[in-house]
Amino acid sequence: MDKQIYMDHAATTPVDPEVLEAMLPLFTNEYGNPSSIHRWGQRADYAITTAREEIAEVLRCEADEIIFTSCGSESDNLALRGIALEARELGKGNHLIVSAIEHPAILRTAQQLQNHHGFDITILPVDQHGLTSPRDLKTVIQPDTFLVSIMYANNEIGVVQPISDLAAITHEHNILFHSDAVQAAGQLPLDVETLGVDLMSVSAHKFYGPKGVGLLYAKRDTLTHSQQTGGSQENGLRAGTQNVPLIVGMATALKIVVARQQNDNSKMKTLRDRLIKAVLETISDSILTGHRTCRLPNNASFAFEGIDGNELIMHLDLLNVAASSGSACKTGNPEPSNVLTALALSPKLSLGSLRLSLGRDTNDSDIEYLQQVLPKVINNMRGTP
Amino acid sequence: MKKDRIAVAMSGGVDSSVAAALLKNQGHDIFGLMLRLWSEPGQDNKGQNRCCSPASVSRARQVAAILDIPFFVIDSRKEFHQNVVQFFIDKYSAGVTPNPCLECNRNIRWGHLMHKALSMGATRIATGHYARIIQNKDKWQLLRGCDNSKDQSYALSMLGQSDLRRTLFPIGSYTKNKIRSLANDFDLPVAQRQDSQDLCFLADKDYRRFMHDYAPESLNPGPIMNTSGETLGQHKGLPLYTIGQRKGIGVSAPEPLYVLSKNQSNNTLIVDKIDKLGKSHLKAKKVNWISGTSTEHKIRAKVQIRYTAKAVGAWIKPIDDNEVEVEFDHQINDITPGQAAVFYQDSVCLGGGIID
Repeated sequence: MDKQIYMDHAATTPVDPEVLEAMLPLFTNEYGNPSSIHRWGQRADYAITTAREEIAEVLRCEADEIIFTSCGSESDNLALRGIALEARELGKGNHLIVSAIEHPAILRTAQQLQNHHGFDITILPVDQHGLTSPRDLKTVIQPDTFLVSIMYANNEIGVVQPISDLAAITHEHNILFHSDAVQAAGQLPLDVETLGVDLMSVSAHKFYGPKGVGLLYAKRDTLTHSQQTGGSQENGLRAGTQNVPLIVGMATALKIVVARQQNDNSKMKTLRDRLIKAVLETISDSILTGHRTCRLPNNASFAFEGIDGNELIMHLDLLNVAASSGSACKTGNPEPSNVLTALALSPKLSLGSLRLSLGRDTNDSDIEYLQQVLPKVINNMRGTP
Repeated sequence: MKKDRIAVAMSGGVDSSVAAALLKNQGHDIFGLMLRLWSEPGQDNKGQNRCCSPASVSRARQVAAILDIPFFVIDSRKEFHQNVVQFFIDKYSAGVTPNPCLECNRNIRWGHLMHKALSMGATRIATGHYARIIQNKDKWQLLRGCDNSKDQSYALSMLGQSDLRRTLFPIGSYTKNKIRSLANDFDLPVAQRQDSQDLCFLADKDYRRFMHDYAPESLNPGPIMNTSGETLGQHKGLPLYTIGQRKGIGVSAPEPLYVLSKNQSNNTLIVDKIDKLGKSHLKAKKVNWISGTSTEHKIRAKVQIRYTAKAVGAWIKPIDDNEVEVEFDHQINDITPGQAAVFYQDSVCLGGGIID
């Protein structure tokens, strides 16, 4: 079999074998419902309580400030809708601010709050590198703003926002601050004290944990309204029997990723910088999208003039390379994403985006292979020899 | 040496899925391509082309995953609309009955899709058509599929040598039943699906409604006459009638009346009794000879005038490189301008032209 190079870790990561091992007994032997009174329930409850405490230690928060959910999108939905409902009820305001490069889980939720529930939203623009500026934020805050939501690190272009500065300004106006940290988790510090966030979304499958589980950090007393109603699990903020194996898997994965973080990051950064340098040097009419330094260690994202990003992904797949594009979607609808649009790239560039995202096992020979094939593919597609 | 790579046009249906599986089993380096085609928005199809609905895409992707091959969707909506839908509207508006499948094969499958496949490093494409290709000395020949009831060579009669040498029809030698059982053997989750639909881009199956919505200016009422020149009533616009049509003409008569022809120049619909319907000759234009060379002398062949019609014995007389006259051995009904007349000698398809 030919070499397969997975360069799409921003889409998802494989489950760490140690994580899998931690989860397996919870499917079959320890199958109790954490809400049950008997010892089966007690053991399951113990498993998720331990997981909650382990995660709280990483986030440097209280265990009861963590709400387990089914994914990052659900966490985003819960944060925005929950806070909006409460603001409505208590008359705390009617206006929320989100950045222009948020994940659709934030953008579409905010749009729905605007279109169907009468909230006002302001979309905070970003500069050509995708950075939001604290000064701009200051100018769009209104007396009735109740929430600011700005993502920690962007999924497409890897730009990392100055979260603590943005949060500080928000707090000066007594407004809550949420951050979608789904893409950042695993590579950047999640210490909520230092970041200054009131709410933060995380998803396990971005850091070698299982799919189907995420969490919302919500500072005590900030979130009082659930979205999914029913039983009183998760302090009444998220009804439904907890997914014990996946929650334990998420905690295990987080512990491992934090322990390895420094080493993995510096290794990925070295490889990534070599890749970025090679691409920009060998491929004409190419740019690095996002910020040169305020950037996730594993993200190398580009735009190539005159290239259909969708097709580029197909060519790379045929060369056994998994990558993705903000201009691509698997059912074939080539339109630039809201992120690329927000960067105000020329149309010629914005349809030709490519995201290569490294993982902890990406190695020298993977990068070398890409250095070889990528210029060839681009030249072929451009019809230049 | 590197094996040559084959792009398989996949629809999620049983035929193209088995075609892919057969090639994969023979050890070819293959990948799947699916066309996303234009579709009329709204109504019961939810704006989805019946050939490439999200359900079909996910089914095709599922098959690709089972076969462990790359699979991509190519957005051909613009090309399809320009070359097939607009063609369909234009031809109906001009009073003839077009065959969009032929046009789709010519411009989309052996045009856009072939082009994409080659640009992605494929040397050939494969499709799930019931037809065969053989090499005879230095020429490529198109043959009918072995399953007579499913043969699709009619809609492929516009292919040329450069198309055929780059094309594979992996299922052409099998019967539909055999393909279904092969799908089972390969564990492909497709066996109960319906065949691909013609007029796949309509929201419903009603082309008349489509013409009302998309080309209302082409629908001008005019007289209905019989062959003796008597006016029998009024038609609602020539595009709404097809040669051989009996129902829905809107004229009551003691004996059933059939649409014989449409006279575009004076916007008249000609109808009469069934004995007037038959004709023994036709003229075909835009003739494609699959061999690449037209015949100089008149030849014997069997000629098929519709996808589902039986091929009938005839003489084909060349007028020039692009036009022929077809003289049938006996009268046949329903010769319809705009449809293809396709020529066969035994199971070899010689080519065809558009009935004038």
